[in-house]
This record gives sequence, structure tokens and C-alpha cells, in this order.
Amino acid sequence: MPVVKLQRPKLNFGESIYLLAVAKGFLITLTHAIKSLRGKSASAKSLASSGLGVTMQYPEHRWDEHLPEYYRGAPALVTDEQGRERCVSCQLCEFICPPKAIHITPGEIPSNDPWAKVEKRPAAFEIDMIRCIYCGMCEEVCPEQAIFLRKDYLITGLNRADMVHNKEKLLAIGGVRTGLVNKWNELK
Amino acid sequence: MSDSPSSATAALILPKDLAAETGRVNVQIDGIWRQFAKGTRMIEACRQAGTIVPHYCYHPKLSSPGSCRMCMVQMGLPARPAPGQEPQRDAAGYETISWVARPVIACANTVSENMGIRTHGDLVAQTREGVMEFLLINHPLDCPICDQAGECRLQEHSVGYGRSSSRFMEMKVKKPKNVEIGPRVRLDDERCILCGRCIRFMSEVVGEPVLGFTQRGTHTTLTAHPDRPLDSNYSLNTTDICPVGALTSNDFRFQMRVWFLKETPSIDVNCGTGTNIQLWTRGNKIYRITPRQNNEVNSCWMPDSHRLNFHSLDSVARFTEPLAKHGALHEPVSWEAAFLTAASKLKAQAPEKIAIIASARMTNEELFLTRALATALGTTNLSLVPRFSEPDALLVAADRNPNTTGAMLVLDTQDPFSKLDAIRAGVRSGAIKALIVLGEDLITDAGFCFEDLAPLEFLLQSHTLANPTALAAHLVLPTAAFAEKRGSMVNLSGRLQRLNRAIEPPGQCRDDWEILRDLTQAITGNTGHLDSIEEIFQALAETLPAFNELTLSKIGHLGIPVMDTGYQIPLLTTERARQAARLITG
Repeated sequence: MPVVKLQRPKLNFGESIYLLAVAKGFLITLTHAIKSLRGKSASAKSLASSGLGVTMQYPEHRWDEHLPEYYRGAPALVTDEQGRERCVSCQLCEFICPPKAIHITPGEIPSNDPWAKVEKRPAAFEIDMIRCIYCGMCEEVCPEQAIFLRKDYLITGLNRADMVHNKEKLLAIGGVRTGLVNKWNELK
Repeated sequence: MSDSPSSATAALILPKDLAAETGRVNVQIDGIWRQFAKGTRMIEACRQAGTIVPHYCYHPKLSSPGSCRMCMVQMGLPARPAPGQEPQRDAAGYETISWVARPVIACANTVSENMGIRTHGDLVAQTREGVMEFLLINHPLDCPICDQAGECRLQEHSVGYGRSSSRFMEMKVKKPKNVEIGPRVRLDDERCILCGRCIRFMSEVVGEPVLGFTQRGTHTTLTAHPDRPLDSNYSLNTTDICPVGALTSNDFRFQMRVWFLKETPSIDVNCGTGTNIQLWTRGNKIYRITPRQNNEVNSCWMPDSHRLNFHSLDSVARFTEPLAKHGALHEPVSWEAAFLTAASKLKAQAPEKIAIIASARMTNEELFLTRALATALGTTNLSLVPRFSEPDALLVAADRNPNTTGAMLVLDTQDPFSKLDAIRAGVRSGAIKALIVLGEDLITDAGFCFEDLAPLEFLLQSHTLANPTALAAHLVLPTAAFAEKRGSMVNLSGRLQRLNRAIEPPGQCRDDWEILRDLTQAITGNTGHLDSIEEIFQALAETLPAFNELTLSKIGHLGIPVMDTGYQIPLLTTERARQAARLITG
């Protein structure tokens, strides 16, 4: 590869002593200070509780309502309107998961179950939240619309075992999701 | 044909004549001329030329009904000259190919002189796309729950040759799902693409035509005979050859997706045939065993009884640490302590009061070290345990020991089981005070009873699983099972084959050869170097003329014939007859 020589910009005298830039910086800070004192800062309304409306007082106040729709929090399993847990343990998320956080034990649905025709669901579904990198590939790869990244970001625990979400916990975080494609309906 | 050929053709030796001298024909595949044996199927010719033609119903070991239409290719034949006209030839002497307007199936047609085959191009691509579209009309969207996903021909060819989306708005035809068609096989008729491989396998190879199609058109349904389920000992082979997920194994059902599994080529140890197998593992667990093609041993098949006999490997009955008897109970001891105890107890006995009962389930290398152990002890009381049972007409041999032939070679005896009765009598009469049992359960398999073993002053057993003999043993050594070790065996027809390690042995289990080496060294006090199975095989090859010049790696995955025993595997006899009759291709 040819060597490209970069030309540094030529500074004149005023620029090279920086004083002008320093003054500019102070001016910006001063403008914001005056703005916030007058209660006119950018997030004055949403962060009003902080007094000056500049800094969020976490954890008394939370991000939650500011999170965008595309926010990628904890991955979770969802249930549909008909009360069926949607995961059929195809293990594609386990396969695609870059940090290998997902571990699924497939299982068969007993023949007396109302959803016996689906035949398969996870006997165990574990996501190690210490490993999870919130990349969202599991959601993207899921052919059954069963796993979604929710807005939960407060994943804490006192030991490693606490940080492994089992199937019950995942279904509890996921809750019921409506409007999904239902290919396992009566006609199926 | 004219009486006086023109000077041009007389001077030129035509390619067809050159090929005919060796019984071959010239075929142009994708623009390149090649020679093939007369009678070669077009699909096999393409395979030999390096082009795999996609197919469902065709299987080299079964007859070709040509029912799936997936293998259609464009075919051309030499242009037929007008009366009196000489055929037109190019500079190399090949006649001009006149391409047939419509595609033909490659699986049931044979090649002929000056034929042309195109496996690519618009016509072939459109044909395949059309066939795929028809096959997918009624195919359910079961891939996420289907065990075949990942090794499904329909998935592969749909991606490779199909359309990206479906044009059909109609409802899919309903058929029976999740049918228990036999004790080990599950049927899903909606997934079936009616290739009929399973039907042909059961009638042509197994000779039990229990499967068939009922109904017509899109309602055609695969079923077993109403009075006869698919209960053959070869039924699971249908799940292997099923190109889709219509027939799946109950044993492997929903256990693991195939893309997680690692394949290890090895051999089966349940009978003397030495069926070639593939071990499918993830982590340290075997999920399934499938047959591996070897036309000299098992063709493409294996019996269910052998295939499913691996679940004991990770059962709770596995020995995981050396155990020594203290009073009535066994307690774990270290390997070093175990070898020291064994050596001192064995050295305390006179050589003629010691006997070794080894197993014909052991590899050649292990038997070689067993012989060395017997020499070190100075005893000639060495016998194996015979294991004979009813054979079947295909692959299951009467001799259920996998390495009887190898034992005859390594132990240099015509009947390695001959001394068992004498040893048993010796144990009962008290003439034998110390017994070393390697990989065998005397009480279940060798006609001993618990009372026989109780008076022994020292009983050492090495085994993988808890068993009645271990209860009486003073020292129990845990060993590696067939999927956890390497080594070689010789099958009944005299073929030297290789075991490969697919998983790690559990706990403190050790390879049999390591145990035998350490035990021998503890007895002799000689600490020579034998650090790998390759070294043992090398030492064995030096003493055994049949193995001269061989190494473990030279055996390869398909094995090497080392002697001629005259034993014919019944399945191969039938298969070769069918091949000679041109019923199957290979």
C-alpha cells in the first residue's frame, strides 16, 4: 500500500495559542448554565425532578419511558394470545448466539396437551445473562417469533446462578405478545 | 455402411472404436468428453465426472423407479443421418450431438455412445424449479420442529434449485402426522415426498415388504401393513435414507439438532460383522449412531439392535473410579494403589494358580498386551469368552464378539475360547486362586456363579459397567467404552478395521491398554516406554506377519483385508447378485 502523507492544517497565531477556543468553550458552558437556571434546558420537562432539569437522578428516575422502540434489552420468550408458548426449541438461537449464552434442552409435548400437534417445545431454556451481549441475533433468527429483546436492562444477581434466566423467568419477562403470525392454528 | 470407407475415416481411429475396445462409451458431460463403462446410469456417470445431480428417489443400493423427477437433465444423442449420408464428425471424431428438446431422468437411463448430458442450463434449471415447486405444494412448514432439518434434501434442493416463495394460495392437503409406524420409527405423512425409498428398502433389502402407498394423487399416503408394523430389526435404516423428515427415529426424536453434532467414523462392536458406523456427538455425549457406507462390510445399512446399543455409555451404571473391596463394600482407591495391590497379590500366587479371562470385545492392541501380561505372570491359563447367538440373513453374525478373528491372530490360536471350561473347573476346584477378568462379566456370560468366585483369593475385573462379577471382585478397574478409545479389530471376513475415539471417558476411566501396560509394569517392575496406541500397534505389527508394514493410520476409515477367512457377509452376497443382475448400480 502506498504511503499517504497527511498534511496538518496550518494554524495562524490566534489558533495556535488556544485562548480563543478556551473562551468559546466557556461561553457554551455559560449559555447552558443560564438556560438551565431559567428552566429552558433541552430536557427540562422530562428531567424536571432533578432540580435543574439536566441530570437524571437514577435509580429514583429511570430511562424506561425514554427507551426507543428498537431498544435491545434482555432477550425473553413470549406467549401468544392463545396462551401458547411460542418456542418450539428449534435451537437456531442457540446456534447463532455469538457468545453461546443460550442453552436449550428440547422436549416433546405430551399427546394429551391441547397443543400436542406442535409436537415440540423446550424442556429447559436457559440464557446466561453474564454471557449475553444483547446483539439481538436470537430474535432475528427465530422462525417462530418466540424470542424478543425486551426493554429490561436491569439484570442483576448476587451470584452466577442468579444470572441464568430459566424458562419460567424468560416467559415472565416476555409476557404475552399479540399480532404474531399464527401458523399452528386449527387449520394446521 | 459402405463397402469402401472413405480415406478420411479409414485413417482416423474414431473415439467410439477406442472406447469400445475396453467396453466403454464416450459421453459428453457439460461439454467435456469422458469414457464410461457400458451400462452406467447417467446419474452415476455425472457423479464420476464430479457433478452431483440432485435426486430424491434414486439410491445406488435400491432399484430406480424414477418417480421423483428431480434428477432430470438435458440429453443429446448423435444426429441421425439421412439415408446415404455419412454422420458428421468434429475434428476429434465425435459425432454432432442433437439435443433432445425435453429433459430426461438421469437415474434410470444408461449412457450410450456419443451421448451428451447437460446438468446445467436454462432447461435443467427450469425443470428443477418446477419439480421443487410441485414437491413443496403440500409440504408443511415443519422445519423448526422437524428432526431432519439440517440434513434434509428438500431443504437443500429448495435453497439450491427452488423458488424463493410459494405461488400457491390453496389449503395444503391434510395427512396423518406423528404416526407410530413401528416400535422405533415415527411417520409424518405430510412431510413425505413419495420417493418410495423406504418401501423399496423394506422389500428389496430386508425382504419384508410391510410399507406401501395407499390413496391416489395428492392424497397418496405412506402406510405400514395394517396387521404388520414396521418392526424389522433394520427399520431405522429407513430413517437414514428418507430424504425428508417423514420417517424419523423415536430414539433420536427431538434430542438434538443435527448441525450441533460432530461425526466420528468408527466401527460397531456388537457382532463379528464389524459394521462401519458414524458416531454423532455433541460435547461428551453420543446422540446417535448411523451406518457408514463400506461396500466390503455393511453396504449402507446396520441393524437397529446394534445402532441403539450405546445408551449405557453415559448411564449411572458406569464405573468412574478404581474400586477396592473392603469387607462387604467397595471403596474408591487411587490408580497407583490399585496397581500396587494387584501386583503384590498376583506375585504372591504361583503362576499356574493364576488365570486370565479376557474378552473378544477387546481390540488387537489390548489382546496383544493381555498376552504380554500372561507372559509376565508366567501363566498359560488365558481364555476369551465365546458369545454365539442366532444370526440373521443380512448383517448380524452368529458370533457376537467383534474381534474373534483378531484374537485368533494376536493370541496365535485357532480356538481362543478353548480354555474357558478348564479355568472354570480350576476355579471351582480351587486349583486357581487368582483370576484376572478383562471386560467380561463371568456370571452373566461365562457360566460362573457367585459361589464360584467367592473363594478366590484375588479377583480383578476391568469393566465399563456395574455387573454381578464386580460384586465379587477384590479390585474393579474402570475402562473406556468402544466410543471412547482407539484401536483395531479384525472382522469375521478378515478385514482389519479401526475404532476411533469420539468422546472422552468419564471420571477416572482409563483405556484398557493403559491399564494392561501399567499392570504388567507393576508386576515386572520394568518401566519400558509404551506411550501411545500407535507404539503398541507397531510392536504388534512386528510380531504378526499379517500386520507387517501396517500402522493405525494406514488402516484408513474403510479398513484393509489382512486375511481370507472365507466368511461371506450374507447381505453382500445378495447385494452383489442384485448388482450383477443390473438391478442396482452400486
